[in-house]
Amino acid sequence: MTDFADIWSYLAQGPLLWLTTTLIAYLFGAWLQKLSGTKPWVNSVLIAVALLAGVLVLTGTTYETYFEGAQFVHFMLGPATVALAIPLYDNRALIRASALPMLAALVTGSLVAILSALAIARGLGVSGDVLISLAPKSATAPVALGVAEAIGGSPTLTAVLVILTGITGAVIASPILNLLRIRDDRARGFALGTASHGIGTARAFQESQTSGAFSGVAMGLNAILTALIAPVIIRLFI
Amino acid sequence: MIRAIAILLGYQLAGEVTARALGLSLPGPVLGFAALFLTFLVWPPLHAMLANTARGLLAHLSLLFVPAGVGIVRHISSLGDQSVAVLVAIVASTALAIAAGATVFALVDRVTRR
Repeated sequence: MTDFADIWSYLAQGPLLWLTTTLIAYLFGAWLQKLSGTKPWVNSVLIAVALLAGVLVLTGTTYETYFEGAQFVHFMLGPATVALAIPLYDNRALIRASALPMLAALVTGSLVAILSALAIARGLGVSGDVLISLAPKSATAPVALGVAEAIGGSPTLTAVLVILTGITGAVIASPILNLLRIRDDRARGFALGTASHGIGTARAFQESQTSGAFSGVAMGLNAILTALIAPVIIRLFI
Repeated sequence: MIRAIAILLGYQLAGEVTARALGLSLPGPVLGFAALFLTFLVWPPLHAMLANTARGLLAHLSLLFVPAGVGIVRHISSLGDQSVAVLVAIVASTALAIAAGATVFALVDRVTRR
């Protein structure tokens, strides 16, 4: 019989272990979320990330080793982003009819996200490259990393801030929008996608297909807008 | 399903090549997303070909963010004593942006509908 340590060291070398663990952690998070009746504060991404982070720390596994397995899941973000064209096309008539409110909400949401984050962080004593890395946090990850690099922030730190922003939006959007009595799925989805990119969009799809489609559009448009305005706005704060 | 995945990856690839070739700061998948939508407008049958696979992929969109999220373990210490301030800034600014965006959407929608 083989020693457990030998089996572990064999598994730790290949991608199988961490790929499987990632899927199981997510399924567990999704199961808890379903059990709660899709309550926004029981977020499957948050649960899976917390579980996996705990397992990595406990087993002394580096993120690089983990990512060798998890990269297959991460890779699917690309084709999934392209696939957002499908719900966009399904809702094209609704979207065409909402062009003006979308444009107004995009500019407002994008400006408020960047300006308030920088103002609050600077007010609380954050400075230097951490402050700069915060500016593009509402844009989808690949755009945010590019912007951070261009304006002198830390791309790796920005990646973490982007995910935190996404989880935050997914958790707090429904309670805030209910409090404001905004019941229009278009407005709910669009605001969520502008502020919280793909993780917000994943949450918006749980509310409705329309909400998800508008969130996906908002994510794409805010990626473009953030790339244009974040470099200008950051100059006001440094 | 394989055909649908090949088409999605093909648009992503075309997006990456275009972004690199033209030196755009936009990511390839976002360009691929825009190009695929334009293709649907010109040739609708492609939409039916991709619909089922795309919906299956998007039903589990949250899963795809998990690996990047676990990257937090690598950076939590580098934030140090700024971590509380950064967290407050993220939560407050995200709440403000969602509230402002949705309110403006609803207001402008009401005005333009008249």
